[in-house]
Amino acid sequence: MRKNAIIFISLAVLSFGLLGCPPKEGGGAGTGASGGADILVGEYGSMTGPQATFGQSTHNGIMMAADEVNAAGGINGRKIKVLSEDDQSKQEEAANAVTKLISQNNVVAILGEVASSASIAAAPICQSAKVPMITPSSTNDEVTRKGNFIFRICFTDSYQGEYQAVFADGWCTANNKPKNVAMLTDVKSDYSQGLAKVFSAKFGTLGGKIAGTQSYANGDSDFHSQLTAIKGTNPSIIYVPGYYTDIGQIAIQARDLGITAPLLGGDGWESPRLIEIGGKSLEGCFYTNHYFYADPSPVVSSFVQKYKERYKQTPDALAALGYDAMKTLADAMKRAAKLDGPSIRDAIGQTKGLVGVTGTINIDANRNATGKKLVIEEIKNGQLTLKATIDPATGGKVVMNDGAAPSTTPSTATSTTTH
Amino acid sequence: MQEILQNLLNGIAVGAIYALIALGYTMVYGILKLINFAHGDVFMLGSFVGFYAGGYAARHLPSTNGALGWGYAGLVMLIAMSVCGLFGFLNERIAYRPLRNAPRIASLITAIGVSFLLEYGGQFVFGADPKFFPTLVEKHLINFGGVTTTNYQIIVLVVAVIFMGLLQYIIYGTKFGRAMRAVSYNFETASLMGIPTDRVISMTFIIGSVLAAVAGILYGLSYPKIDPLMGIMPGLKAFIAAVLGGIGNVPGAVVGGLIIGIIESFVGGSQFSNYRDAIAFIILIAILLFRPSGLFGKYQAEKV
Repeated sequence: MRKNAIIFISLAVLSFGLLGCPPKEGGGAGTGASGGADILVGEYGSMTGPQATFGQSTHNGIMMAADEVNAAGGINGRKIKVLSEDDQSKQEEAANAVTKLISQNNVVAILGEVASSASIAAAPICQSAKVPMITPSSTNDEVTRKGNFIFRICFTDSYQGEYQAVFADGWCTANNKPKNVAMLTDVKSDYSQGLAKVFSAKFGTLGGKIAGTQSYANGDSDFHSQLTAIKGTNPSIIYVPGYYTDIGQIAIQARDLGITAPLLGGDGWESPRLIEIGGKSLEGCFYTNHYFYADPSPVVSSFVQKYKERYKQTPDALAALGYDAMKTLADAMKRAAKLDGPSIRDAIGQTKGLVGVTGTINIDANRNATGKKLVIEEIKNGQLTLKATIDPATGGKVVMNDGAAPSTTPSTATSTTTH
Repeated sequence: MQEILQNLLNGIAVGAIYALIALGYTMVYGILKLINFAHGDVFMLGSFVGFYAGGYAARHLPSTNGALGWGYAGLVMLIAMSVCGLFGFLNERIAYRPLRNAPRIASLITAIGVSFLLEYGGQFVFGADPKFFPTLVEKHLINFGGVTTTNYQIIVLVVAVIFMGLLQYIIYGTKFGRAMRAVSYNFETASLMGIPTDRVISMTFIIGSVLAAVAGILYGLSYPKIDPLMGIMPGLKAFIAAVLGGIGNVPGAVVGGLIIGIIESFVGGSQFSNYRDAIAFIILIAILLFRPSGLFGKYQAEKV
């Protein structure tokens, strides 16, 4: 009895101790005007869970950019300090993480998330606290509509989805296949639903037919039944706007059922683990992306080289976007009249012609980045290769990267080199 | 027609795994009247042991085409079965035995606690990222009459049937099985008759956990993505399968598992694929409303 009492008391003391601790970083360091204090920037992302590589890559990119800004003198003499929170790939945790960053750590701005559902969950919190938020890579159109403090530096799904449809249409024509596409969408993801809507509308206007739509919920393991139904419609392409963990498994199970049609998806496929999971089943599949890691332009190659030196791995698009997001925020903070929410927001909104790894960043009146480049990658021999490039600066045509067609975009040269 | 056959085949393959898990629920209930909610997480544990054992073997052994081969696959399964068996024993010994004479709700809540311990302890130890199960044996496509399957689905079926047969033999063909049935029929009388009830209960937990480990390995083979929370849904569905078959009834658990698997497969392939997970719970509600004793359950039936 005595022993139990001691344990109970020590537990009680311990728990009070933990709960009672004041937040380490808080203390108004971020909002205070004191000259030398660090500027606190919050980051929330999926460091663990089914979208773990999204958060990890983004985090790497953000940290690299922050260190570069600090090494170059910081923001008018003050250093940036990034506070990271893991949301475990869950949207409700994203909301908690952002609440904590704002209310306990008093960050001046927020970076994140990758998954649109998580950004949509967190954006209203940033909006009501008047803390500007930049999402590096949430493409769903709804994200920046959450309020005038919410920005994005990547393209939107209404842009990405249309080009996917254009590409699918062109691919069917080039390969003499009927314009017949089946869709498999994730019911739990705003990203997946949004893309599917844009894609099917555009593909329809191009004279294509959506043979059938099946759905799954992210985290599912068994896709056999949906794929069986899809197999019955005999599609030329299967459109799967989802996230990499599911895509790998969908590809494996599709091949198990004898389906040979290529899968087509979006930037949610982008992960170093995609090919590790899907392996040979992903051969000949395509997805749209924000940048191609072997792009020979100096901005990209110097970024890739620095990143490889630091992290010993090839940066994916999410790392590049994380890097660009931090650079955009740092640029805005340098220009901002004061380091408070509304001033930083105004400065982000005035971002023009900022040269980033994923293209030049111009923020428009809807707080979206306009004129971003889009690449289509193909998985060949277990490697990512560049299939096509779309650059709005040169008319927004789909420029195939098969060596024969002359490239109208000199900056993204015609190389299928893999490293 | 092909589509129907294909869905049927897929459903049986999933259902066989549900059935193996359901057996663990139903055996423990039959003996202790306890729903061991940690059982789905023991299934997860089996997958993870297989992941680490198989991963270790893959790194240290020459493999053919990236696959380990039958001998090592068997060894990996054996290791997973031993670890889970040991866990099942300790689980009962530490968490449930001290509560043997406490109200049943205490054990039930403890079971939920053990379940959380495994899920979140698993996230802590293994990490929350999904892992990818090693290839134990090489995969082949098998095509007959437009229906495509893989040797994996056939392995799942064959292994599941072997273990169900083994269980049937243990329960009805051995002295220990008779003791199990006696304890299930009447705990107190059995102990008065000199049956070592504690040992019977320990063994029941061990057998159930071993079956869960087998299910975990088969699941990892067919659906190579594993994570510490993977046991929740299959565990719940296996529980529903056990209730559907009549909880405490061994053949009922097998039939229940297959029925759930097949229904899910057909729903998943229809336009209602959103509701695939919901359908199992609809079945649970319907069974509890209209036939609470399940398909094969009778009041005062022989339960093991």
